[in-house]
Amino acid sequence: MASEAVPLTVHKSPLAVVYEWLGTADHKKIGLMYIVYALLFLVVMGIEAVLMRIQLTHANSTFLSPQVFNRLFTLHGTTGVFFVAMPILIGFGNYLVPLMIGARDMAYPRLNAFGFWMTAFGGLLLYGSFFEGTSITQAGAAPDFGWFAYAPLTSTAFSAGHTADYWNLSILLGGVGSIASGINFVATVLTMRCPGMTLSKMPLLAWMNMVLGGLILVTISPLTAAQLMLMGDRYLGSHFFDTTAGGSVVMWMHFFWIFGHPEVYVLIIPCFAFISEVVPVFSRKAIFGYPAMVAATVCIGFVSLGVWAHHMFTVGMPSYGNAFFVLTTMVVAVPTGIKIFNWLATLWGGRIRFATPMMFAVGFLFQFLIGGLTGITLATAPFDWQLGNSYFVVAHFHYVIVGGIMFSIFAAFYYWFPKMTGRMLDETLGKWHFWLFLIGFHLTFDSLHIPGLLGMPRRIYTYEAGRGWEIWNMIASIGVIFQGIAVLIFVYNMIKSYVAGKPAGNDPWDAWTLEWATTSPPPEYNFAVVPEVRSRRPLWDIKHPEDPDWKYE
Amino acid sequence: MSATSMNVTASEGAWELPSRGKVGMICLIVAESAIFTIFIVAYIYYIGKSLSGPTPREVLKIPVVGTACLLSSSLTMHWAIAALRKSKTGLFRLFWFVTLALGAIFIVGTALEWRHMIYQDNFTIQTNLFGTTYYSLVGLHASHVIVGLIGLTTVMILALLGKVKSEHTERCEVFSLYWHFVDAVWVVVFTTVYIIGR
Repeated sequence: MASEAVPLTVHKSPLAVVYEWLGTADHKKIGLMYIVYALLFLVVMGIEAVLMRIQLTHANSTFLSPQVFNRLFTLHGTTGVFFVAMPILIGFGNYLVPLMIGARDMAYPRLNAFGFWMTAFGGLLLYGSFFEGTSITQAGAAPDFGWFAYAPLTSTAFSAGHTADYWNLSILLGGVGSIASGINFVATVLTMRCPGMTLSKMPLLAWMNMVLGGLILVTISPLTAAQLMLMGDRYLGSHFFDTTAGGSVVMWMHFFWIFGHPEVYVLIIPCFAFISEVVPVFSRKAIFGYPAMVAATVCIGFVSLGVWAHHMFTVGMPSYGNAFFVLTTMVVAVPTGIKIFNWLATLWGGRIRFATPMMFAVGFLFQFLIGGLTGITLATAPFDWQLGNSYFVVAHFHYVIVGGIMFSIFAAFYYWFPKMTGRMLDETLGKWHFWLFLIGFHLTFDSLHIPGLLGMPRRIYTYEAGRGWEIWNMIASIGVIFQGIAVLIFVYNMIKSYVAGKPAGNDPWDAWTLEWATTSPPPEYNFAVVPEVRSRRPLWDIKHPEDPDWKYE
Repeated sequence: MSATSMNVTASEGAWELPSRGKVGMICLIVAESAIFTIFIVAYIYYIGKSLSGPTPREVLKIPVVGTACLLSSSLTMHWAIAALRKSKTGLFRLFWFVTLALGAIFIVGTALEWRHMIYQDNFTIQTNLFGTTYYSLVGLHASHVIVGLIGLTTVMILALLGKVKSEHTERCEVFSLYWHFVDAVWVVVFTTVYIIGR
């Protein structure tokens, strides 16, 4: 049997190993490359955040020049969304989906490799403009118009040099890579499932990654179209966003946010997937309300396509427009609330094990809820008129991105690292990581709501003393120290555990989905024999032949 | 524990899944439709907003022949695949060639139309908003037709070498989905540019 196979230690030259990874079309290797690549960019964006927080620690700071500050927040945002969050989530999906549906690989392995390399080169191109300037302080060294790149800041008149072109090409390539992944996820889940795994017996992670794939198709494509228009404006002299020829800059806003808001769900749906796998296993119960979870995910996918202009309340819209986007945004809260209640109901009465993945998952539940609630307050147009473009908005979306997405990604790391490497992450270090990160997160992002309410606008490079903003900015910057140490502990934990961690075995968490049926790490072919399933928890059926799930589903 | 123990004793009928190629192509079509939607929205939004001439009515001539060719090429494509399914490779080659020729006529028609506009009417993508949206939307569609023609030519060469047989029907069918999509988009682009916008 595959799990008993004697490990073949064939010695390979370093060059052969490099070729093997560069030329691979194996979903697990590509998944790992996505994850490692995203972690490198996570360090880059983290350093950018640290520099900005140092600058904002006290009033009238001169640590950074205004120009450098503008470049830093642009690169921080663009890197974070396109080259950290997207690739890390797509990487986990790539690694896990074929294993969880009992397949040999993704539907299109070579398209998968193509998608990865497009994304990888896209990320490098974003930083390509540095090689034109002599330093980051020089004009034209990096894009400086914010991650949503409102026209006309990206026009040749306001962005001389090639910084906007690097940004444009980088997003365009990254987008093509993401669309390739989207096609692959939908096709893999629909056409590669092992015998017996009907749609209603799939693990929730597979369901949610399929919805993610579909959402990518209709979300990233408008951005790609808008980037083509921007490229035309900059190179061919077209006038899409050129007000001097009658063009509209508001159109860019619409095109950007029709991508930008569903993108939030592109990022959060795979996180829902992680939580939906972690919470049941560590509560020792099957997920509560599986059909409701699936329906809620699909519902979120659809409704998220109709909410984009809540990013534009302050731009000014007719009252019908405002009312429409207020209502649709509020409606998204309904399926999201259903999910939160389902996770709580799964926890309810369970024999909860507080291992590190579960701690991060519980952190996610609280913080995502709060981030969602500030989102609903911001969805109320009059409230948004007061607080749009303030630090309240910054605090809100970092609550979702760090408190929600990052926490669930950490949960996923602690949960699946044993499968990917064959070794457990250290639990003690994991708990240090959790508590320090939790404290740091709350110090930083709870505090930032208040200067926002007091009127501190986002994206300012400094502020005057005496407005009551200093203390909150100081606390926020102190929180960064905790988060930084926590992330360093995490990195140390991964290296240490990879080298000398406790061997994991096939199924360290006593879990129920198919990825735990094969070895850790899985062989290239995943499963020696194509598995057949009869319920949503195939491993439960094997472990408990006297009381299998399929009798009840 | 091994994977074999998961075997089901009484499996309910054969395990069938949707065609991988078709699902993938439909996904690509969904993504492409979203791209076209954005360009069409931009086109419609900018109708009549140009600050200077020429207007659509002054320069646009309705491409009747090209449109008729492109739309009928969907039909010949369909016949070609029906022939291949029945292993009538001669008929397949004929209809495939006709499809290719009809597509080529369309693209040559667009090229001539553009040539006339650029050299006779001095109307380019830089002229005004109409030029911006017209050349980008029709150009986006034309580039899709060109990709389709490259695919058609590849299959044509393979067919002439006798390499395309009835077992390749599904692959040709997957490709035909793309071609039908390019045709269907032309109906929308045509309506937008030559009927609503003119």
